[in-house]
Formats: sequence, structure tokens, C-alpha cells
Amino acid sequence: MTSLSNLDLHDLGVAQLAAKLASGEVSSVEATQHFLASIGRHDRLGAFLCTDPEVSLAQARAADARLAAGERTPLLGVPLAHKDVFVTRDFPTTAGSKMLENYRSPFDATVVSRLGVGAGGAGMVTLGKLNCDEFAMGSGNENSAYRPAKNPWDTSRVPGGSSGGSAAAVAAGLVPVVTGTDTGGSIRQPVSLTGITGIKPTYGRCSRYGMVAFASSLDQAGPMARSALDCAFLLSAMAGPDPDRDSTSLDVPATDYAIDLIAASAGGASAKPLKDLKIGLPTQFFGAGCAPDVLAAVRSALSEFEKLGATLVDVSLPLTELSIPVYYVIAPAEASSNLSRFDGVRYGHRAANYTDLNDMYRKSRSEGFGDEATRRIMIGTYVLSHGYYDAYYLKAQKIRRLIAQDFQTAFAQCDIIAGPVSPTVAWKIGEKSNDPVANYLADIYTLSSSLAGLPGMSIPAGFGAGGMPVGLQLIGNYFKEAQLLAAAHRFQMATDWHTRKPAEV
Amino acid sequence: MALTSQDIARVANLARLELRPDETERTLNQLNGFFALVAQMEAVDTEGVEPLAHPAALLGEVALRLRDDIANEANQREASQASAPAVERGLFLVPKVIE
Repeated sequence: MTSLSNLDLHDLGVAQLAAKLASGEVSSVEATQHFLASIGRHDRLGAFLCTDPEVSLAQARAADARLAAGERTPLLGVPLAHKDVFVTRDFPTTAGSKMLENYRSPFDATVVSRLGVGAGGAGMVTLGKLNCDEFAMGSGNENSAYRPAKNPWDTSRVPGGSSGGSAAAVAAGLVPVVTGTDTGGSIRQPVSLTGITGIKPTYGRCSRYGMVAFASSLDQAGPMARSALDCAFLLSAMAGPDPDRDSTSLDVPATDYAIDLIAASAGGASAKPLKDLKIGLPTQFFGAGCAPDVLAAVRSALSEFEKLGATLVDVSLPLTELSIPVYYVIAPAEASSNLSRFDGVRYGHRAANYTDLNDMYRKSRSEGFGDEATRRIMIGTYVLSHGYYDAYYLKAQKIRRLIAQDFQTAFAQCDIIAGPVSPTVAWKIGEKSNDPVANYLADIYTLSSSLAGLPGMSIPAGFGAGGMPVGLQLIGNYFKEAQLLAAAHRFQMATDWHTRKPAEV
Repeated sequence: MALTSQDIARVANLARLELRPDETERTLNQLNGFFALVAQMEAVDTEGVEPLAHPAALLGEVALRLRDDIANEANQREASQASAPAVERGLFLVPKVIE
């Protein structure tokens, strides 16, 4: 057996890890020990909120038993970690909030059980739970009630958010693949700021059962990894209808997203593999609001797509700016309703001193929620309150339809829409935390596709100011995840941005 | 239209939140900044436009399915109450609400 110290397990993709597990070169227990040790050494990145070696190793032993029995499936025995908004029976779930400090779920989220070692699961080993903004509200992981997560490319900077711990963990090589959630950009933006790859599927593709709810008409789970291929492996196991448990999950079966990508790799580089692909560039995504270093990296990635045969066409998404107020009315409205369940009675924080039931509600909630959650509950309660519902919530939902229709007009001219993910590279921790509206404005390129429920991904496109990663956003039409992943994979076959790693962190 | 500190107090009460005086002031400023942004929505003509609640509704009718109304989950009372702040004999405890 190869000495583990000589094995760069943390550099391997899912398929390579699975091959080593299948051949017996490495056991799942050994791989799990290797990754857990690395997570321990990199604790100051703040990527993880909790680990439990005993639980992870028990899962690894179960995976090893299945491997020994001859089972060969793509994810069996491969380690992963979950954003801490997916509820798990075997680990605590906090959603990054003091409200849920000691919470232990009696059940696993559908995504967790589909990927896990239990009956019918893909057989992956959970290494722990990943840091995030409180209730997934934020774009820098600075709203975590526990600790900030840091960007492995420069630990004085944010890793993005809200899936910031997920992104930091993958970028630092602490785990090969992770789950994230995206309500208004929470997978794509941290992926972009840390130089990794991630996809938010079509709304309704993955079950929301067991995801701590933020904005129910927007929340969607997705994979984050170093490559499009690894995202494809994970998404294949995560997606699919959940008819008894999530009424908004769509009746569209999951497909094997990896198979075409593997075939493309096997076929090798061809002259113009994307010659039939039309990429639409919304003029509103390439304006003065985007930093020049980000635009330069995005344009250079797009010219790489042209070399691969793709045609670039201009399209228009005229309501792009409106997506900010529309999103920040709808999401807080739904959040204020979802977070009303935290009453200090059935679970969650309860204040130590109170005079009566109402006082207990008020004190428990005010102590348990952080600033951003409180702000959004206030906004949401206001826009849903008597006399304001029509002017705000209903008006926003009407504009939401217009925004979604604009995408269909654009897709009549192209197959995929591309642009930046975030107007800047990762910022310094603490630099923007006092100005919530400024933070909301930075979500401009991800919100419109979230409102429309479209699949979107971010892939590494190069580097900008300070040597920080820049992502290229690719938005597809409904259910076109396979097309997005295939285009991203062709780009990654021809470029090496996704293989770049931060210096030892 | 700017919010007042009375609006903040009313909304905080509806949301069952208790804001300290300095928080009320800060929240008022931040919400007024936010609603200045939201005012942009007024300029959009939405006459005759149906609100969009489920994004996939754009593709056609989305039936929000219902399952049969039968108890199909195992009883997990103890596990469900393990994270509750106060429980006695399988019941959640709250402050006295009936005199």
C-alpha cells in the first residue's frame, strides 16, 4: 500500500478518488482520516463549523464494506461536506445562527440522504458541516454567528457567501466536493470569488426538504467542486423529484450529467467542439458597474469560448437593475414568514428571563437572530403588512414575471447567457459590513436568473486585482444543466484556470 | 415616503422582535435607504401582468402536488423534542397563557 503521506489525495477529483477506492489503493477510512487531519490543520480558515471523526469514520467503514462487497458506483466512499443549512441527523445543524446553536435534527435532508451511506444513498462520507452566513443571508460569510470564513487565496479577504465555508473548503483542498445553496447567488458568487466551479440548478430540480428555509420560491441546492465534471457527478445524485416531501420539486427525472462529459474527455480535444453554441452577452452585464479587472478576465474567457467554436451575440435584459429591489422585497418577505417558526418553544434559543409568552417570543427572537436576519425580517414584515402588500410584494412578483419573460426573449437568440458573477473580486473582511444596501447592489448579476428560476453556474475565468480569482457566469434555459456543464467542461479541457491552487494556506 | 420610528416600532411588534433604542435608529436609517431603492419599482408598468410565484410556472401550469393525507412518518417524539428549550412528559412548556 502506498504511504498516505506521499499521496496528494486532496488534489484528486471525484473520478480519480473513486478509482483509488475501487482498486483498493486507498480505503474510504484512510481517505477520511487524511481529509479530517487536513481540516484540523486548516481550522483558522473557518471553513467548517463542526466535524465529528467518530461519525465520519463509521460512515467510511460502511462505504468500505460496500466496496468490499463489489459495489462500484461513482461516489461510493468519496468524502464530502454539507453547508450547514442542510439538516443532518448525525451532526448538529446551526444555519450559521445562534438561534440554532444546540439544534440536532431528527431527520436528514433529502439531499443529505441521497448522497449519504444510508439505504439507497450514493455512499459518500460526510466530513462535517460548513460555515455560512446566518440563514444563508449574506454575500461574504461575515454574517455567520460563529466566525468568519476566510478566502484561501488571501486570508484577509472574504470567500463570498452565503456558501462561503463551502467555497473556502473546496478552494483549500479540504474536501473534493461540497453542497451549497443558492437563493440569490449564494453558490455562484463564492465559487467565483474562490476560483472553483459550482452550479445552481433550475428551481425545483433538487428537493428543498430539510434545507433550513430562507426564501422558499428561490432556494435551491447545488454542488460546488473544482471542476464541472465533479459538479456533474454530485448533481446526478442530488437532483430529481421528491414527490412526497417537497411540493415544489419538479416532476423531471435526474439524468447522468457526467456521462457526456466523460465521453468528451475520452474523445480528446477537437477543433471546434462548441461550433453550434451561441452565447448571449447581456449589454447590462458589461457596463460601468463592473470593475475593469473583472471585465478583462471575463472577456478573455469568452474569447476562449470563441476559439472553441462558440458564437458571441449581444442580447438585452432590460430589467437587470430592477432585479435588486424585486429580489430584496420577495426574499425578505418569504424569510420573515419562514423565520416566524423560531419562537423559542419547539426548538432554538429561548431567552432566560421574560414576563409572559409575548415577551418570551420577543426576547428569544431578538437574542437569537443576528443583524442581517433581523433587518430582513423587518423588511419582509413591513412589505407584507396591511396596506403595503399590493404595492411591494405583489408588484415585485409582477416584475418578476417580466424579468423571467425577458430571459425567454434573450434565449430566442442564444443557447447560453454569459457575463460576470460579481462586479469585483473578493473584498477585505470588514470592509463592507456596515452598508447593507451597498452589499445588496453587488448581487446585480446573479439575482435576475434566480428570480427567473434558471440554472446558472460559475467557472474560473482567470485572476483580477490582487491576484484574486474571477468567475465567468453561464446561465442556461430551464432544465439545461447538462448543456451548461458540457460547455464548462469543454472550456476546462482547453484551459487550466480550474486547476490553479492558492499557495499553502 | 419615509418610514418613521413609529413604523419601526409597529413592524418590530408584528415580527415579535425587540429593538434597543440605538437599533431602532439604525434600522430606521437602513430601511429608509432600502426603500429609496425599492421606489424604482413604481416606474415599471405592470398593468395586466400576473404575479409569478413559482418560476417554472412560466413554462406552463405547475401543479403544486398534494400527497394523500395519511400519517406516513414514524413517531419521533423524543428526537423531535430533544432540541426543545423546555419539555415535560412529552409536552412543550410555555409561560402561563390562561389565568
